[in-house]
Amino acid sequence: MKIVVCISHVPDTASKINVAADGKSIDQNGLTYIINPYDEFAVEEALKTKEKFGGEVKAISLGSDVNKESLRKVLAMGVDNAVLLKTDVVYDSFSLAKALAAEIKNLNPEIVFMGKQSVDFDNSITGQLVAELLDYNSVSVVVALTIEGNKIVAEREIEGGKEVVQTELPCVITAQKGLNEPRYASLKGIMAAKKKIIEEKNIDLENPLTEIVKIKKPPIKQAGKIVGNDASAVPELVKLLHEEAKVI
Amino acid sequence: MENKILVVLEQRNNQIKKASLETISVANEFSKYLNCNYEGILIGGEINDYSHLGKYNLNKVTHFANSDLNTYSSKAYTKIISEFAKGQNFNLVLIANTSFGRDLAPRIAVKLNAGVSVDVTEFRFEDGDFIFTRPIFAGKALVETKLLSDNKVISLRPNTFKAIESITEINSQKINVENPDLSVRVTEIKQANGKVDVAEAEIIVSGGRGMKAPENFGLIENLADVLNAATGASRAVVDAGWRPHSEQVGQTGKTVSPNLYVAVGISGAIQHLAGMRSSKCIVAINKDKDAPIFQIADYGIVGDAFEILPTLIDEIKKLKAE
Repeated sequence: MKIVVCISHVPDTASKINVAADGKSIDQNGLTYIINPYDEFAVEEALKTKEKFGGEVKAISLGSDVNKESLRKVLAMGVDNAVLLKTDVVYDSFSLAKALAAEIKNLNPEIVFMGKQSVDFDNSITGQLVAELLDYNSVSVVVALTIEGNKIVAEREIEGGKEVVQTELPCVITAQKGLNEPRYASLKGIMAAKKKIIEEKNIDLENPLTEIVKIKKPPIKQAGKIVGNDASAVPELVKLLHEEAKVI
Repeated sequence: MENKILVVLEQRNNQIKKASLETISVANEFSKYLNCNYEGILIGGEINDYSHLGKYNLNKVTHFANSDLNTYSSKAYTKIISEFAKGQNFNLVLIANTSFGRDLAPRIAVKLNAGVSVDVTEFRFEDGDFIFTRPIFAGKALVETKLLSDNKVISLRPNTFKAIESITEINSQKINVENPDLSVRVTEIKQANGKVDVAEAEIIVSGGRGMKAPENFGLIENLADVLNAATGASRAVVDAGWRPHSEQVGQTGKTVSPNLYVAVGISGAIQHLAGMRSSKCIVAINKDKDAPIFQIADYGIVGDAFEILPTLIDEIKKLKAE
């Protein structure tokens, strides 16, 4: 089976995010980058699918040379080969999705995995955009997946429960935490990854359909009132919530 | 170009979602800026009485009915909405950013070649154009964007805009859908035993490492019960397997903005704070007076959760009984 997994390279979730001097981008000073956490579930599922059906897993990332760090990581986990689509990173999901879809179309895979969202701009739409552009079936926010022949049964997380979704290959699946336990790269995997070649392609993105006007920090919340130091403060707290904050 | 707004309504088990009513109110505001009309579209559901929508200021709804579409089917829904929008010249599509809207909005955007702005929490109208604000990095920053395309798809964060009651007469049209495309089809909904979900709750009670063991979350659940609240959790306790991931609040979990957020035994790691800082009122209960959670809490008690929670449950019961 031909399997593709899309990889996003994002600031560590422990990072403080500051606005750059232009007021329209993120200050890169002191930021460390990691593989998008949801993409690790996508990689694990891609590898499990390969183990079951045979075939090849190819990773695609879109961005600059720094993305190679995350690509090396997934090669060490067991992904067979990788391609970096080199471009200035832009905010517009639509133009990114078009570039991804064009590359995937050439590869013609049966299944495409990616994280349900990148934890930077949190759009949570790339998987669906790519699927529609390719006219593939797709299921987003998947927490359980079974593939038998070309039939797929996926469970997607919704408010207060799960939807059981039936569809067929070819398909795009976006992974939610809980889908699996991502493996660690073995020492052998890490050594092997060093020898694998990351193919690089320069690409031009189409004109974006969105424009960033401004990036700003959320308003700072003032620390509130410490009501007390033990259970004797509870009646006062309940009174404040009822009468002052009016939330209960 | 003349503007026309389409509100995509969401139903589950024949009930229109509250988030959809909020979306109607936003459409009404948009229509005043643009001096244009807005209408609703509903797919599936055994619904014949639309007066509830009229109470929230919607005066026209087109209902596409077919019992196979009572649950979500991404391809069929996308086709029906995008063809209706094209045929009736709608150029703005509004939808609530629920699990349904988040899945559907980008699909409609592709079909309409529309720019898409998701999870919008604020907007303003400037020089004849909307500027949309939304949280990024789970709320550590906010981005303001403009859509450059003629067609626009906008999804709105639930629990952020008010559903405003304003009674109007509603005109409805029901259209039976023939042979919908069911190649991606929801065959079953597994409900998590009737509990309130964190993403939709008006009150959330969350527990962290300070609860010490999974069995102690009974106290969190009891407090949630008396408040009719959802239960939430920090990443630490989800990673430890104490609580399901569906409860996780924070950057790799859910971003929430309830009226009241009660954080118990949660120190307030940056990725947790990002996910709940926009809550309207925050209460922190923690032993460590230096815990970062106190820096954003409106009210705090520095103390032992195991001593404080039973009293809190009793006091709230008393209040509710009054």
